[in-house]
Amino acid sequence: MTYTMAAVTGVVAAVLIDVFAIRSRVVLGKVFWCTYPIIFGFQLLSNGILTGRGVVLYNPADILGLRLVYAPVEDLLFGFALIVLTLSLWVRLSAASPPGPDPSGPPAPPP
Amino acid sequence: MLRFTYLLVLAGCLFGALWLEPLLKVGVLRQVRRLILTIAPVAALFIGWDLLAIRAGHWTFDPAQMVGVVFPGGLPLEEVLFFLVVPVCAILGFEATRQTLLRLSARRRP
Repeated sequence: MTYTMAAVTGVVAAVLIDVFAIRSRVVLGKVFWCTYPIIFGFQLLSNGILTGRGVVLYNPADILGLRLVYAPVEDLLFGFALIVLTLSLWVRLSAASPPGPDPSGPPAPPP
Repeated sequence: MLRFTYLLVLAGCLFGALWLEPLLKVGVLRQVRRLILTIAPVAALFIGWDLLAIRAGHWTFDPAQMVGVVFPGGLPLEEVLFFLVVPVCAILGFEATRQTLLRLSARRRP
C-alpha cells in the first residue's frame, strides 16, 4: 500500500468512525468547519518547515508528488484524519454529556 | 541547533495555541482526564500507522535534525510528541472557535 492509499483510507475511516461509531458527528458541524481552516493554515506552516527542510523525507514511489507548501497532499489528509478523530472523541467525552441513561437526549425545555 | 529543528517546530505549534487557554478561558488544560482519554487512543492508533509507514518505507527522518532518541521500530521521540502536541492544539482551537461563535451569536441576539 502506498502512502496515498493509506491517507485516503485514513480520511474515509476517520469520517465514518466520527459519524457512525463515536457519533459526535463533528464533520457535520459548523464549529469543526470554522476551526479546520485555522488548523490547516498552521499545518501548512509547520508541515512546510518539516518537509521543506527535509526533516521528514518521503519515498517518491509512495506519494503522488502533488505538494502544497512543500508538504505532500497525503500529509494534509493524514492531518485531517488525526484532527477529526481527536475532536470526535473529545466531543464524545464532553463533561456536558456524562455516561448515564440517554446522555444524547435533548435538553429539558426551560420552565 | 540543527538537531532541535523538529522539536522547535513542535514548540512553535504549542506556543501558537497555548495562549488560547488563559486568554479565552477555554478551560481545556484543566480537563486532564478528558484530555488523556481523548489523546491516548488516537495517539496509539497514529503511532501504529507511523510504525507501519516507517516499515513500509513511506517516509524516513533526517537524523541530523532530530535529538537522537529513537524508539523500537525506528520511531523518533519527536514523532511521538507530534501525536501529543497536535491534538492538544486542535482541541484548544476547536474550543476557542466554539466559544467565539457562541459569543458572536449571543451578541446578535441579546
